[in-house]
Amino acid sequence: MSTAIEAPTTSFRLGMLIYDTRYRSLTIQVVFLVILVAFFVWLVDNTVHNLSLQGKDFDFGFLFVRAGYDINQTLVEYTNDSTHGRALVVGLLNTLFLAFLSCILATIIGLIAGVLRLSKNWIVSRLISVYIEIVRNVPVVLWIVLVNAIMSQSMPEPKDFRGETPAASMILFDSVAVTNRGVYVPAPLFDRGLGSLELGMFSVSLDLLAIIAVIIASVWGYRRVQASATRVQHATGVRPVTWWKSVLIITLPIVALKFALGFHLAYPELKGFNFNGGLQARNSLIAMWIALSVYSATYIAENVRAGVMAISRGQTEAALALGLRSSMALRLVVLPQALRVIVPPLISQYLSITKNTSLAIAVGYMDLRSTLGGITMNQTGREMESMLLLMGIYLTISLIISSLMNVYNRSIALKER
Amino acid sequence: MADPAYVRDQMLPPQKAPSTEVGTPRWIRENLFSGPLNTFLTVAALYAVYVVVGTIGPWLSRSVWNASTLQECRAIVEATYGAGKTGACFAVINERWQQILFGFYPRDLYWRPTLTLVLMLVALGPVLFTWVPRVFLWFSFAFPAVAFWLLWGGSVWLPITILLGFGVAYVVFRVLTPINGLLGIVAAIVAPILYWLFICGPLEEAIHSLIPLGLHQLYSDDFGGFLLSTVIGVSGIAFSLPIGILLALGRQSDLFIVKTACVAFIEGFRGVPLITLLFVASLLLNYFLPPGTEFDIILRVIIMVTIFSAAYMAEVIRGGLAALPRGQYEAADSLGLDYWQAQRLIVMPQALKISIPGIVGNFIGLFKDTTLVSFISLQDPLQLVSSIRANQEWNGIYWELFMFVGFLFFLFCFSMSRYSMYLEGKLKTDHR
Repeated sequence: MSTAIEAPTTSFRLGMLIYDTRYRSLTIQVVFLVILVAFFVWLVDNTVHNLSLQGKDFDFGFLFVRAGYDINQTLVEYTNDSTHGRALVVGLLNTLFLAFLSCILATIIGLIAGVLRLSKNWIVSRLISVYIEIVRNVPVVLWIVLVNAIMSQSMPEPKDFRGETPAASMILFDSVAVTNRGVYVPAPLFDRGLGSLELGMFSVSLDLLAIIAVIIASVWGYRRVQASATRVQHATGVRPVTWWKSVLIITLPIVALKFALGFHLAYPELKGFNFNGGLQARNSLIAMWIALSVYSATYIAENVRAGVMAISRGQTEAALALGLRSSMALRLVVLPQALRVIVPPLISQYLSITKNTSLAIAVGYMDLRSTLGGITMNQTGREMESMLLLMGIYLTISLIISSLMNVYNRSIALKER
Repeated sequence: MADPAYVRDQMLPPQKAPSTEVGTPRWIRENLFSGPLNTFLTVAALYAVYVVVGTIGPWLSRSVWNASTLQECRAIVEATYGAGKTGACFAVINERWQQILFGFYPRDLYWRPTLTLVLMLVALGPVLFTWVPRVFLWFSFAFPAVAFWLLWGGSVWLPITILLGFGVAYVVFRVLTPINGLLGIVAAIVAPILYWLFICGPLEEAIHSLIPLGLHQLYSDDFGGFLLSTVIGVSGIAFSLPIGILLALGRQSDLFIVKTACVAFIEGFRGVPLITLLFVASLLLNYFLPPGTEFDIILRVIIMVTIFSAAYMAEVIRGGLAALPRGQYEAADSLGLDYWQAQRLIVMPQALKISIPGIVGNFIGLFKDTTLVSFISLQDPLQLVSSIRANQEWNGIYWELFMFVGFLFFLFCFSMSRYSMYLEGKLKTDHR
């Protein structure tokens, strides 16, 4: 005989809030929430009180007021008659532009350095180790200031390019001039340009859009050709010859577009005391770009090394044993696995590059922090609004990048039991 | 059966390996010239070394260590090595190294930061190395108060009365725990806070008026150079690790509200650049506090740096927690350990061991990031470099100062990363 044991039907007692695990978590969370809310109420109350003491209010209206200052690098149209809001956008674009350039260069240097550090060549691997250890153990601000000093102190002045036997000469077939006032590069120009499209605040160059559209179409066409070739191969066992089709599809449209738009380069020329024509990349941009790239590349190099070393030799050997060519073994077996290790830290490196662009303050590059969090803030005296907006924008950028990373991570995650 | 004549019945004597297959020649061939690509890399690397050494070497070798101005320096180089030659002018470091190390700390009080540094090494000993007797941990615990008193000066009773708060907590805990365990814990948290808020100040003043004992008071404007970097860096490191552990545990916890708050905190502070937080420290923090609160700028910076670093630390430690096999948690549960016991005895020792490289990487990053305080006009080494350069005697000097500052940072960060490798090796228990 067995008797069912009745669950104890004791009524709820106050002590159960602490000693009963069913209620304890609830108690802890409620206490935590109360403390948290009280803390925030205290902060907001203090802030309101302090603002009213100084006779300030909390208002973002200053963004629509005339800015009245110049920005020396503008990717979209901007004059000192534009609003503070537009200055913010110019700064944001400058930040993103610098981050984009730095990410690309850092990836290239990092990949090369990471692979070379694994090289069997003793001198090369030692040299790369020295580079990595020295660069990553010194603050990046120091590198930024150092590159800026090299650019403005050790580079020739524009007047050195003049005369019969100039002290300095332009590089890359006389197209790029490196001076202490910045680097002058050829500017792309269109004789028969399509004009630009007005989109509310911004105007977008139709030429640029046309180029992007043509490139996307070419890539799509190339993929179609490859896919159809694969279909034929699967059906008949023989892969048709496609290389001439691919070459045509990739090159022909872009060349046609180049002639249609009348594309040519305007080379920088020395006129008077300075270079004219072409585009000027200021020292601040160059210093930020080089220093951030070289610095971040050391971290990327270590990631690449870790990724390659994480793949055991057996994987390559197994691929070869299956009869894959070594190039295919690399592409189909080793790289997909190595990328799973390399890419997540690579993207967080991109994130930190983006955040490190705010160090532009060291060399006076006009990024988001120097427009919104610098001149705008000082002119309008609205440090609360400016700083919150600034942090909000950086936070948004970071969250976008890290959510992209999460999507990628999920797509490549090992499908386990 | 006789042996056939054509069968050799003696072993040949062993011959030496060809000279290209042994020793240095073989090593050189295999490591440096094993193929066209490798040969090219070797030559390119040697050329790069030649260029770097050829550019910097002569400049370094013509260095001047004793001069009072840059002009004098250049004159000495030209007089010694001929006109038009340039050389390194390390005289600036010889003359100004104290300023780069200590900022504008009064010259006759240099013994205080120096003594603090020595005491810091003593306090670090038992934390870093297990062979140091455990008794010294008490000194490590009291060190922050000692360092604060030595660096800022003022009454000796202030740090002592503050330390007394921990004594209060201990006594309350000991007295109340036998009555009720939970009451003991809550009281041990609440009592010292009340003590610090209401009793500590008057008590300190009372004792000080009875026995005035103290050092010359200094203010945060006097701090600068590597002294400032080290104060901010070391405090940030010391405070961010425990906060980071708590945040990581909060993020892993089952309690929804706690978890959400921790995620928001971590992602929020990781998503913004440190420099915006430093601006918040210098411009906005006073808005968030009750009117009239005067807060030391170094303390404000330390708070922001700690919060920033703790968010990163939490992610590193979360990685370590996630890498632990589920069985470890279950084993702890089946042993009947409660949450904190399981964390303290089973989970954390392993999770922290896994995350050592990340933690130390964070420490290094934090220490390097202390250079950013120059942008809110604190006198960090980089700021001092600019102010030395703005000086008439040294106007126009660049590389020597950068090299000196960079070298000191390198020394600090590199030794930290080496220590982390040592620790990893020592704690390695899986016999792979």
